[in-house]
Amino acid sequence: MQNPYLPYPVRIDDIEIATEDKSLKTFKFVFLNKEDEEKFSYRAGQFGELSIPGKGEIPIGIASSPVEKGFVMFTVNKAGLVTTHLHNMKVGDVMGIRGPLGNWYPWERLEGKNILIVGGGFAFTTLRSSIVYMLDPANRSKFGTIDVVYGARNPGMLLYKNELIEWEKRDDINMHITVDGTNDPDWKYNIGFVPPVTEAKAPKGDENTYAIVCGPPIMIKFTQPVLEKLGYTHDKIIMSLENRMKCGFGMCGRCGIGKELVCKDGPVFTLDQLNRTPREY
Amino acid sequence: MKVIKIDKKHWAGGIEKSRSAYRLFGPVMVENKNFSEFKELDAGEMPDMTATDTRTSPKSICFPPEEVMMEYSTDETRDDCNLMRVPAKDYSPRAIIGIRPYDAAAYLVVKKNFDTPEYRDPYWCDAYAACTFIGLAVNDPSRLDFSTSTHSGPFDEIGLDVLLVDMGSHYFAKVITDKGDAYLKAAGWEEFAGDDAEQKIEALKVKAEGAIQTTISFDRIKEKSIMELHGADFWDDAAFACINCGTCTYVCPTCWCFDIQDETRGKSGVRIKAWDSCMYPLFTIHTTGHNPRETKIQRVRQRFMHKLKYFMDKYEDGIMCVGCGRCIRSCPVNIDIRRVCQTMNG
Repeated sequence: MQNPYLPYPVRIDDIEIATEDKSLKTFKFVFLNKEDEEKFSYRAGQFGELSIPGKGEIPIGIASSPVEKGFVMFTVNKAGLVTTHLHNMKVGDVMGIRGPLGNWYPWERLEGKNILIVGGGFAFTTLRSSIVYMLDPANRSKFGTIDVVYGARNPGMLLYKNELIEWEKRDDINMHITVDGTNDPDWKYNIGFVPPVTEAKAPKGDENTYAIVCGPPIMIKFTQPVLEKLGYTHDKIIMSLENRMKCGFGMCGRCGIGKELVCKDGPVFTLDQLNRTPREY
Repeated sequence: MKVIKIDKKHWAGGIEKSRSAYRLFGPVMVENKNFSEFKELDAGEMPDMTATDTRTSPKSICFPPEEVMMEYSTDETRDDCNLMRVPAKDYSPRAIIGIRPYDAAAYLVVKKNFDTPEYRDPYWCDAYAACTFIGLAVNDPSRLDFSTSTHSGPFDEIGLDVLLVDMGSHYFAKVITDKGDAYLKAAGWEEFAGDDAEQKIEALKVKAEGAIQTTISFDRIKEKSIMELHGADFWDDAAFACINCGTCTYVCPTCWCFDIQDETRGKSGVRIKAWDSCMYPLFTIHTTGHNPRETKIQRVRQRFMHKLKYFMDKYEDGIMCVGCGRCIRSCPVNIDIRRVCQTMNG
């Protein structure tokens, strides 16, 4: 068994500013050793520890999709020491990645089901990974209808805008993009917060429909009653948590919520599971 | 089971002899202080077998307060700039002399965290594999010892390779594993203890167990749900006096939480693993400032719930406490895990 603390060396291959306020950037990394890419084989919903010698490590959801090969992608909000340093790094710089870590959205259970994705702000990274995975020609037939409600403060704060527009044009995914507000007269999508847009546009919950919800606490707080009203039972509502982490694989102890560790037993939990867990996240 | 007799006249010579094959660790009185600590013994230094208890536990032998995990250089002129490498480590055989049975039992508790089917902490696991535990039975338990209620006890053999019993002029050495046998041979102790040795040990064991003054029960904690205990109304009282100093977590033989930090000087640095504590707000604070365990009560609850409930539910194998009593002795405000356990079990 290899040393789980030792990061794989990677090179920054591409950096893109992800939001108009430049608080988020999307980094593409390539592995210095080709065999490490194989070892980093992941599922949509997992995360990695981005590791910068001298600064530390930061757990970030994997934004690229298992069906995209040759690189891994992370969209990172500039917030603390490590992420601020990362934002100042340049293409070609070498750093490390550990992972993949944590569990993933329950893809086996989700096969044959209708999927509703509800995302807000910059918590759209592993959701993007999931959408790209489901839309892959090899996978699309495994799922029923796919609906996506995704909202941000304004159009400039939406992540992956080019892809959102591409998905809008497809008939095998129902996109419900929304912004809190905009002064763009040509904005042709929704205006409004995520919960009411979900209420108006999302499919009803039933035995065959699952909702994956990822967003800021305030969005989750008001989306939950909407989903309940639509008929989603708590075992059909899937969420991804964040907590302060260090090791990322269940040893350092800080991300515990009851007997579960967000890093190893999560970050993906059903609402049903979370109801039986102290809300220490 | 084989029992060896070690005349105390042959003790120092045997210890000395074993140094050629083992790094030795043992309890040593700290100079000018009235407590002892486990440490690696220097040349000629003997373990203090009269030490009643060490202030902190011997968990540090495999889990040092600070340990370098990796080294790196940030010098861009070097080929290995920003690449982490694991420094060479000494995992040659170590003998832990005079470890108390509850501290050996604690190693098996901590092992559950560091040695799992999915992940293995190589630093802890490799150090642990190098250890031979030469335990010393507790003939006179302290008034804070409640190890008999925690699947351990003053003469318990779990986690040990040899159990030494102080018989006055000599030790009896009960050989528990092949590893233990190998150590005794390396020390040159091979005198058969006689047919009645086990009986004599048993008599002392019964006496020692009988001398333990307090017990705890957690049978009803097991039946209660996590949410019921977490939401109970006694946590305010339990945490009232706590000053969140973290001493309990540092002296505890089963507390394993740690931090990972980078320390850089100039262009070279190390990534270290360092003891951390759930008593500190920094342990859980998010970059946003949000802290899921912001208040003292939440943190005190976390410590006791982890030890007495979450661990039990997760591993279905007792509690995360071996009854050594160190946290009770060291707590500056007299918080007593026995009392908290009783309340939770109520």
